[in-house]
Amino acid sequence: MTLPMERHVLVVFPHPDDEAFGVSGTIATYIKQGIPVTYACLTLGEMGRNLGNPPFATRETLPQIRKEELFASAKAMGLTDLRMMGLRDKTIEFEDDEKMVELMQNLISDTNPSLIITFYPNYAVHPDHDATGRAMIRAVRRMPEEQRPTIYALAFSNDSKEVLGEPDVIHNIKEVAEQKMGSMRAHISQTAWMLEEMDKRLADGETEAENWVNFERFYTYDFSKYFE
Amino acid sequence: MELVQVERLQELLNNFANEDIYIHLETTNGAYAAHFNENVFNAGAFIRNVMIRYELGKIAGEAPHRIGLKLPHGWVYAQGITHFELDEHGRLLMAGHDQTGKLAVALQISKTPFSY
Repeated sequence: MTLPMERHVLVVFPHPDDEAFGVSGTIATYIKQGIPVTYACLTLGEMGRNLGNPPFATRETLPQIRKEELFASAKAMGLTDLRMMGLRDKTIEFEDDEKMVELMQNLISDTNPSLIITFYPNYAVHPDHDATGRAMIRAVRRMPEEQRPTIYALAFSNDSKEVLGEPDVIHNIKEVAEQKMGSMRAHISQTAWMLEEMDKRLADGETEAENWVNFERFYTYDFSKYFE
Repeated sequence: MELVQVERLQELLNNFANEDIYIHLETTNGAYAAHFNENVFNAGAFIRNVMIRYELGKIAGEAPHRIGLKLPHGWVYAQGITHFELDEHGRLLMAGHDQTGKLAVALQISKTPFSY
């Protein structure tokens, strides 16, 4: 699938591996089309619970492992502008709200994106996800309307479809499924369980699993719908 | 990390007694616990790089073990400890991993601050 042209795509998530599940195919597609993509990852997932079974990492060595996994994921997607923002896992919502908006404003002024991909605040389950989306929406809302980039927001809370309806943007990423699986595999410390489960489901011919590998879904954020 | 050896861990706990130390203490059942099962009441806590000094540190119970640190005016307690390691920086890392390997509790002691 060829995606509409963009000037620059800015992707902002809080954890290494957040990009793998829902967006890596989209990122790989933009890159294939020659569209510049920046991925800003706010933390290194320092508080992740998956340390291997039996454990091969500790609470203190996990950040370095996840940093290397993030580099490997970027490589799998063909991404060259990867930015690590140095915040700590689980703490985004407790940072100063204005500081978070400024962080987003700086990323926007630096990359001048026509499209931003982030989480849909209040519908993204993890408090770090919601806080990331919230700061980004606030930053973009403050821009003059005609200068605002489009925002594709990811929502996956149990009530998201009930409240927001079906995602309006669906990317068929079959052609870059290999890059997506590469990104998923790069984050092996976190995705091993899920990949195992998925292989089983794919082997069983489950269409839902197939769907998940081949399609990525977003909500175009509507600024007339206030989230706060 | 390796499975707790009671005598070895007790020895290490003794080595940090009566010293100013930084601790990392954490319990978690994961940010997604209530997402996957709405009946789960998701609770957890962590503190990091808080300086304490304990006069007595003890490991108790069969695996998974309990650790208690007695302070001049209080206590530090962790339940469910299965693994330990004295890392290359001389920090005592203790953790409890559940049946699937996921971290459920961590108690770490260091003479120098942990990273951010």
